[in-house]
Amino acid sequence: MCTIVSCKDLTKKYGKKVAVNNLNLEIKSGHIIGLLGPNGSGKTTFIKILNGLLTPTSGELLVKQLPVGIESKKVISYLPDQTYLNMNKRVKDVIDYFQAFYADFDSQKAYAMLADLQINPGDRLKTMSKGTKEKVQLILVMSRKADLYVLDEPIAGVDPAARDYILRTILGNYDSSASILISTHLISDIENILDQVIFIKNGEICLDKSVDDIRMEENKSVDALFREVFKC
Amino acid sequence: MAWNLTSDRPVFIQIIEKLKLDIITGVYKPGDKLPSVRDLAGEAAVNPNTMQRAFSELERDGLVYTMRTSGRFITEDITMIQGLKEQMAINAIAEFLSNMERLGFNKEDAISLLNETVKEGTSCAQ
Repeated sequence: MCTIVSCKDLTKKYGKKVAVNNLNLEIKSGHIIGLLGPNGSGKTTFIKILNGLLTPTSGELLVKQLPVGIESKKVISYLPDQTYLNMNKRVKDVIDYFQAFYADFDSQKAYAMLADLQINPGDRLKTMSKGTKEKVQLILVMSRKADLYVLDEPIAGVDPAARDYILRTILGNYDSSASILISTHLISDIENILDQVIFIKNGEICLDKSVDDIRMEENKSVDALFREVFKC
Repeated sequence: MAWNLTSDRPVFIQIIEKLKLDIITGVYKPGDKLPSVRDLAGEAAVNPNTMQRAFSELERDGLVYTMRTSGRFITEDITMIQGLKEQMAINAIAEFLSNMERLGFNKEDAISLLNETVKEGTSCAQ
């Protein structure tokens, strides 16, 4: 087991507003981790720093001992919370694009998953429903052979049946040397696949624990604990 | 086959219980090969690490053994499986008694009520 991500005293401020406050955490290989917190708690900000879309105000974040940059983007497969694909493109064009862009992309895997979900590779993205677009994006992300998959709200817009398929896809495509960081509000749907959860509140970590320990010590589900910790 | 995992108890414990039940009820017979961690994790929709942990615990208890190159197998020790069966029966009885106690029946009342119910059940069947 090695450390894929380590961050030290990571802080991000938007003007006076502190989005991420002195965050210290490590992500080890071979884990599926849930990054959980209420709206505006700093989850997406953290994920954007991890993927080089934002620069931290202070502190340090290393991916495999290197600062965020080209090398870290080679080993992290990132599903953003918003789409960035050109809506005029057809799915197969986007697959070609990914194939050219990422050395670890496996287009056969992508086509197989599209077939499972009955998505036509010839369809243009703009003709698709919100949920189908999300499925396409997730397929693209999971068709890479990365060390870390970072999924920001991967299942919010898809129906429960496809959600099951997606979870199985996530499990089936990840090998034990990789890790997955999932940010979501749909805790009860994913908590059975998580090893570890990180609760984040006002930009600070308020819990970093294994799911088994939570259930054993608190006698409750992660979902129930979340509702308790973040009760409004 | 449904796994029916609940979310208030550790998943690996529920998997162990399910696999033990499968061994007792003969879904897996003594000496049978178990599916791979990955396949079974996929079927149960759980993390492979969790399935691995459940397997390790079963192995520590001696119910499952590993052959280095060919996979994991159910123990051929039938007395051990019989012992497990009895243990689970005892647990089921203890749970029944504690439920009855909650309803206000002490052990003797519970047993006599149980006897009556069994008798009625047979007379109905006839």
